[in-house]
Amino acid sequence: MLRQETIAAISTAMSGSGIGIVRISGEDAFEIIQKIYRNKSGKILAEQKSHTIHYGYIVDGEETIDEVLVLLMKGPHSYTGEDTVEIDCHGGIYVVRRVLETAIKYGARPAEPGEYTKRAFLNGRIDLSQAEAVMDVIEAKNEYALKSSVSQLKGSVQEKISEIREEILYHTAFIESALDDPEHISLDGYDARLKEQTEKLLAELRRLIASSENGRLLREGIQTVILGKPNAGKSSLLNVLVGSERAIVTDIAGTTRDLLEETVNLNGITLNIIDTAGIRHSADVVEQIGVDRARERAQNADLILYVVDSSTALDENDREILTYLKGKKAVVILNKSDLPPVTTGEDIRKEMEAVCGADSYIAADSEIRESRDAVDGNRSVSAGYFIVEVSTKQESGIDALEDEIRRMFCEGELSYNDEVCITNARQKACLCEAAEALNKVLESIACRMPEDFYSIDLMSAYSALGEVTGEAVGEDLVDKIFSSFCMGK
Amino acid sequence: MSRVEEYTDVVVVGAGHAGCEAALASARLGMDTVMFTVSVDSIALMPCNPNIGGSSKGHLVREIDALGGEMGKNIDKTFIQSKMLNKSKGPAVHSLRAQADKADYSRSMRSVLEQTEHLRIKQMEVTELIVEDGILTGVRTYSGAVYHCRAAVLCTGTYLKARCIYGDVSSYTGPNGLQAANYLTDSLRKNGVELYRFKTGTPARISRKSIDFSKMEEQKGDEVIIPFSFTTDPASVQKDQVSCWLTYTNERTHEIIRNNLDRSPLYSGMIEGTGPRYCPSIEDKVVKFSDKDRHQVFIEPEGIHTQEMYIGGMSSSLPEDVQRDMYRTVPGLEHAEIVRNAYAIEYDCIDARQLSLSLEFKNIKGLFSAGQFNGSSGYEEAAAQGLIAGINAARKLQGKEPLILDRSEAYIGVLIDDLVTKENHEPYRMMTSRAEYRLLLRQDNADLRLTKKGYEIGLIDKNRYKKLLQKEQNIEQEIARVQSVSIGANQQVQECLVRCGSTELKTSATLAELIRRPELSYQMLAEIDPDRPDLPADVGEQVNINIKYDGYLQRQLRQVEQFKRLEMRKLPEDLDYDAVPSLRTEARQKLRQYRPSSIGQASRLAGVSPADISVLLIYMERRR
Repeated sequence: MLRQETIAAISTAMSGSGIGIVRISGEDAFEIIQKIYRNKSGKILAEQKSHTIHYGYIVDGEETIDEVLVLLMKGPHSYTGEDTVEIDCHGGIYVVRRVLETAIKYGARPAEPGEYTKRAFLNGRIDLSQAEAVMDVIEAKNEYALKSSVSQLKGSVQEKISEIREEILYHTAFIESALDDPEHISLDGYDARLKEQTEKLLAELRRLIASSENGRLLREGIQTVILGKPNAGKSSLLNVLVGSERAIVTDIAGTTRDLLEETVNLNGITLNIIDTAGIRHSADVVEQIGVDRARERAQNADLILYVVDSSTALDENDREILTYLKGKKAVVILNKSDLPPVTTGEDIRKEMEAVCGADSYIAADSEIRESRDAVDGNRSVSAGYFIVEVSTKQESGIDALEDEIRRMFCEGELSYNDEVCITNARQKACLCEAAEALNKVLESIACRMPEDFYSIDLMSAYSALGEVTGEAVGEDLVDKIFSSFCMGK
Repeated sequence: MSRVEEYTDVVVVGAGHAGCEAALASARLGMDTVMFTVSVDSIALMPCNPNIGGSSKGHLVREIDALGGEMGKNIDKTFIQSKMLNKSKGPAVHSLRAQADKADYSRSMRSVLEQTEHLRIKQMEVTELIVEDGILTGVRTYSGAVYHCRAAVLCTGTYLKARCIYGDVSSYTGPNGLQAANYLTDSLRKNGVELYRFKTGTPARISRKSIDFSKMEEQKGDEVIIPFSFTTDPASVQKDQVSCWLTYTNERTHEIIRNNLDRSPLYSGMIEGTGPRYCPSIEDKVVKFSDKDRHQVFIEPEGIHTQEMYIGGMSSSLPEDVQRDMYRTVPGLEHAEIVRNAYAIEYDCIDARQLSLSLEFKNIKGLFSAGQFNGSSGYEEAAAQGLIAGINAARKLQGKEPLILDRSEAYIGVLIDDLVTKENHEPYRMMTSRAEYRLLLRQDNADLRLTKKGYEIGLIDKNRYKKLLQKEQNIEQEIARVQSVSIGANQQVQECLVRCGSTELKTSATLAELIRRPELSYQMLAEIDPDRPDLPADVGEQVNINIKYDGYLQRQLRQVEQFKRLEMRKLPEDLDYDAVPSLRTEARQKLRQYRPSSIGQASRLAGVSPADISVLLIYMERRR
């Protein structure tokens, strides 16, 4: 059997069910569970029989994370053929993720895509005839992970990490060029400067790690895009949902030219909401770029929130937006219900039918919708789409919107991307590894270790950060040495 | 017409640093060996800088020595100045560098070769390889002679279709005006070998008489000289040394260069070869680092019996008149008399990815190659490959497995793995930053890492091996002792600690704990360690390093363990990559073309992703 590192992953889909299983596999699995498991009688899990279930708590030091059932399976009698521990958690998505992170903190490594299956195969637990299927799975999952690890990373986060990496590389290259050519380049007094720089970088990394805990690193949750023509109140809606003045809101049409992105938690359901520039035909190149990006986002979205200004008439911009809705999950928001209505739900219904034909908007579950049609007050259903009357100014109608989104989620019309959590955990682990490495640099400086020790840990940090952004190290260092520092005979 | 026709085991083409090690290794392992050179007077020639070693190159020389090569011994006999670089840094980057008396170095190596049994030296250009069914069976010379052999090692250095250039002057010669080898390239091409054209350069040599040293800083050698070879008695190398000198270029120098860039063959496009970034010409430095107002210039003697001085830092291919004017702007060189002009040299070399890790061509069995021919640069890099190629040519004929050092065992392993695995666009130079596990690959422990292998191969004699075993045992016992010996907080101890710039003990501590303090060392604590056995200095050094850096060393050992896992999973040479499902197209192409020897090597190929490696792992598992 291959000796392998111990891995951990969430092995249930991250749905709204609230129950999740975290699986740890590898030779340290029992050791790790022992560190994070407590029960009243002080049971030692490693001494328990294989294939037994134990009630208790997952703890991180003094903090109790969840009440759990732990299932022990000793290798080779497990799916992977290795010692395996399954933790059944009760506390919902957030808690499942915390349990996973705790396992990682105490020595497990986040599993690669398809890694359980791979191990199962390598340890002879899967039939040979299944081998090719396994390879396909790994290939598909890898491609997905590669895509997701980069595409799910927020643009600003990616930029920040690239900046930090560039700094680290520069300092490493400087040290290395001095080691390579000590008669040309001197390191005298450099440790003081490096210490200052490393402390700065470490602080930035810690901020990133903290934001990963709030789920702000990744575009986590239901990918939601707000669409609407200029000044319909898209940014105001985002602000109401976020509860802060995040987007710039003015009465001048076209202020949100770029995409704004926020993670919003609606009663346990995470939405990653992107506010877009108003959709309108424009001669302004910059504004047009914003519109194109909004359209692209809409195509990839899980959910569209279409904001209509009910105080004005529908126009060709609205008709354009309606075409984006085709085949997508969406909620229509009739904003500005505080003003005298010019456009009503009935107008929208007609418009939809006019633009794309009566049938095209009828969703599969239209019967349910029909039965709830013409619900009292500010809710109604149009051609398979739910229409909510809202006033972002008075913050009225928001509850109805939230109820509808929750209903869609609970009835399975919307789902979480279950790989995101694991991606997040892996990326967080990489960030922590990088921070740990930078810490070691500071330790080495404090202990007055020679400079060549610094660059070893600097490069560990560099490569760990590269894993977050999906960049390999390759010849970066050597290239940097030659491009930045003049050396040689 | 009758021609000379001879039979031998191994043919070595070239007598530079790679050729010398290859021929010696092959002959010493009992193979009848013929070494060809275009000039017997130029054996072990140092056509560029007059020194051996330096950062990471010093490591290579130590490793060559630990395996039973000659370079370390030869420089110990012929050096005229020696320095341990980076002494204030960690032990992993300490690097020995010695100035050689070039003529002496060459003569001394030639004498060793001449006295070696089973080795014949021939002054003749090899023009053709004789290959039958993908197997090398002999070589043909310019004179038409045929040497049938079972293996050959190509060490042609910078001689293949060589061209030397400065300004608008160019000549089709090898370094120093020596005859180029103009035919072998075509024979290689005919046998399907893919060639590159690389470029390198050397500065002018200036007569010592014309230099004013009072305007320069003197650079002396170390007071206590450490030899390169583990077999050299340190006492035997403590001798008078010559000095090198440091001066600088200035704005005037740079102005002359900038004004004449259009006359540089590099910028006019006359030179097509790819030059090394780490060894830029002075015109490159001035252009690329225009913010620097001066560059260092090292004036180094070429030997004891010559007036020629090497102008380190100012290699160039500018025209003769510009060279003269440019050198004369440097303080101390105002009246410089140039003996030999600086020049750039272009030459043919191979894409070394055509070689396996044993340095044998994948497509021509029995043909090995080493040195600049493989796209490397530097005497030490060449010698290291020459040694390995020579050993492996001999082992092939003996029916033994090739000697392959991996990246965790030696700089030589890093060097060869990089050369045969990675795409290389310029002459490859060793650097400590290329070695992932450099804390373990120190110059001080090269013997502990490699001499056992040298003994098993047959290049290290029993006596030397026994000494190594004794040393290992001494180190092990002494490490155990310092970990257990407790030092009490008595007055003598406290005084010693304070004197050494440390702090007093509060309670007793082990010797090992004291050694770990940054300001202390094993050696400094002798006076408070009354039971210390009388051990050689090199044992003390190992004890000190192993105790002091234990945490870091353990971390690297764990990384090595990870690394070895993939290295140990071998890929058969005849693996049909088209039959492996799910590989990405690019990976499939790369794998098919370069046929890596292990999953580990495959993972370092450009174009092979982690997903492809998973696929390969599973495929190989299924095949078992």
